[in-house]
Amino acid sequence: MSVIESIAGYGLPLFGDNIDTDQIIPGRFLKCVTFDSLAEGLFYDSRFESNGNAKAHPMNTPKYEDASILITGNNFGCGSSREHAPQALQKSGFKAIIAGSFAEIFFGNCTTLGIPCVTMEEGFRLELMAQVESNSTEHVKISLEELVVKFGEWMWPISMKESARLAFLKGSFDPLSELLSRRAKVESLEQQLPHVWDLS
Amino acid sequence: MGKSLYDKVWEAHEVERMADGRSQLFIGVHLIHEVTSPQAFGMLKDRNLSVAYPGRTFATVDHIVPTHSQERPFLDPLAEEMIQALDENTVAHAIKYYGIGSGYQGIIHVVGPELGLTQPGTTVVCGDSHTATHGAFGAVAFGIGTSQVRDVLATQTLLLEKLKVRKIQLNGRLQPGVTAKDVALHVIGLLGAKGGQGFAYEYAGSVVEHMSMEERMTLCNMSIEGGARSGYCNPDAKTCAYLKDRKHSPKGLDFLKSQRHWLSWASDDDAIYADTVELDGNTIQPTVTWGVSPDQVVGVDGVIPASASDDVIDYMGLRKGARIKETKVDVAFIGSCTNGRLSDFESVAPLIRGQRVKAGVRALAVPGSEAVDRKAQETGIATIFKDAGFEWRKPGCSMCLAMNPDKLVGDELCASSSNRNFKGRQGSARGRTMLMSPLTVAASALRGHVSDPREVFGL
Repeated sequence: MSVIESIAGYGLPLFGDNIDTDQIIPGRFLKCVTFDSLAEGLFYDSRFESNGNAKAHPMNTPKYEDASILITGNNFGCGSSREHAPQALQKSGFKAIIAGSFAEIFFGNCTTLGIPCVTMEEGFRLELMAQVESNSTEHVKISLEELVVKFGEWMWPISMKESARLAFLKGSFDPLSELLSRRAKVESLEQQLPHVWDLS
Repeated sequence: MGKSLYDKVWEAHEVERMADGRSQLFIGVHLIHEVTSPQAFGMLKDRNLSVAYPGRTFATVDHIVPTHSQERPFLDPLAEEMIQALDENTVAHAIKYYGIGSGYQGIIHVVGPELGLTQPGTTVVCGDSHTATHGAFGAVAFGIGTSQVRDVLATQTLLLEKLKVRKIQLNGRLQPGVTAKDVALHVIGLLGAKGGQGFAYEYAGSVVEHMSMEERMTLCNMSIEGGARSGYCNPDAKTCAYLKDRKHSPKGLDFLKSQRHWLSWASDDDAIYADTVELDGNTIQPTVTWGVSPDQVVGVDGVIPASASDDVIDYMGLRKGARIKETKVDVAFIGSCTNGRLSDFESVAPLIRGQRVKAGVRALAVPGSEAVDRKAQETGIATIFKDAGFEWRKPGCSMCLAMNPDKLVGDELCASSSNRNFKGRQGSARGRTMLMSPLTVAASALRGHVSDPREVFGL
């Protein structure tokens, strides 16, 4: 698996706190058996009127068309555990998210998919968002090694749960191979547990 | 030093502690449904992996099932494709599947306990954030993403960071007309929608001790709405009594033995908690949400707070300072994994007997499972709801979320016993949701505006 030490790309500022997974991908777009075509549903109800006309939304703004780093508020990704939300972001080209804070299940889902979610203090975040708004052709550069975000001459500190940061730096953010490596130990633990189900 | 239930269950299920502090945790029961599992089976196929412990995964279908007619093929081809994928995957991997007409199909968090799958001291996961419901039995239960569904299918384990435990001590007694749902909304209002991040909630105290198992399920169900991934109650005699003679509960001598170990998982009296919050149950009112986040709550007697943000007020079509009771209701919904159990309908039925839903209000009663439906039909509860003007539907997630034909239209306002009031949650981008207990939904349905069940029903 690949190591992720840093991410660079154009930013997209999305203001607001408590942006929930129903906003990121409305329920009706969850009717699918693969994640392949989720991108079209991303923030659909925030981006489009019911007649399909585009609303004013950063994701409908041409200057952010090639953005790959989402910059947003507190408690991002709250609500449902649907992995469709980070999948829709990833399929739309987003490689990392900077926010005030993240909902836990969403954070875990992103980590497994290789989307680093880093947190940034509000004051710094608003500076970064203002910079990106005024200059959308400058790269936002996230360094997981140094725990900073750079933008032109600017630099701000970020934070990230250490276990997740190490997983990106070591390339072990998808845990399946690790989990598969202890079959015998899992089997012996299963034998020790006292729970009995009647499966007759 | 004493241990909490969470600590005991975690330690018993820990396969390995990693250098970074995370644990590989064994999963006792894995519940799957049609929305978050097909992609996980696809991932297994891509890696040429099989299901490690097929006897520990159980399936039902709930999110996408229509509640009007459940005849196959479904009218919605996407829904039909999803249920077919579940049909095929459960057969291919020898997973027990309680499908439509099995007598047990329903919302996964209603069905798991009904089947006796959820036991004290086990770990329960499902690709659904309301999995904390199963914590009512003293299980460590939490929602997972689809890649984690893959991990559980392939290994019956997950790589996880241990949560801290916050004890929510609910003292006193609830007043008449106040339910577990009101307690849940009250707690979320107090601690905030993200107040529980990093925590598992232990609900304790006399209020919880007096609750039935179904009330405890309602309370634990809403943990995630307060940011807590997991929530639980300590097992007691009620827990054991509920589990007796369930389809998958241990029988005979196994049951007697199980009872002993089930009770032993309860938190020790001198357990250490990262945090404790004490609340007086006597002062909790029937509680209603006024906004688009589940922590935007007010007592049913209260007013829309002056501190409310303008965009939320605009979206909800409300006025700051207005009494919540004046709010006109278009749709009333009783159902969901929060409040779709038999006791939810049982508590409402005698109160609405002989009364009528206000003209112009569309009222839906949706049983959480085929078992709930069957009992409600047998006891006449379903008839009481129908006579009062409710549509009595077939089991499913229905109007809690927008994945089946039950949806709000335009800017309809729904008095809802479900769990999320997010913008667009109930299927219309402009739809409005007010979360409340089944009693408050029923009172509001009869009057046509948000109403206090204590007044309407003389409680």
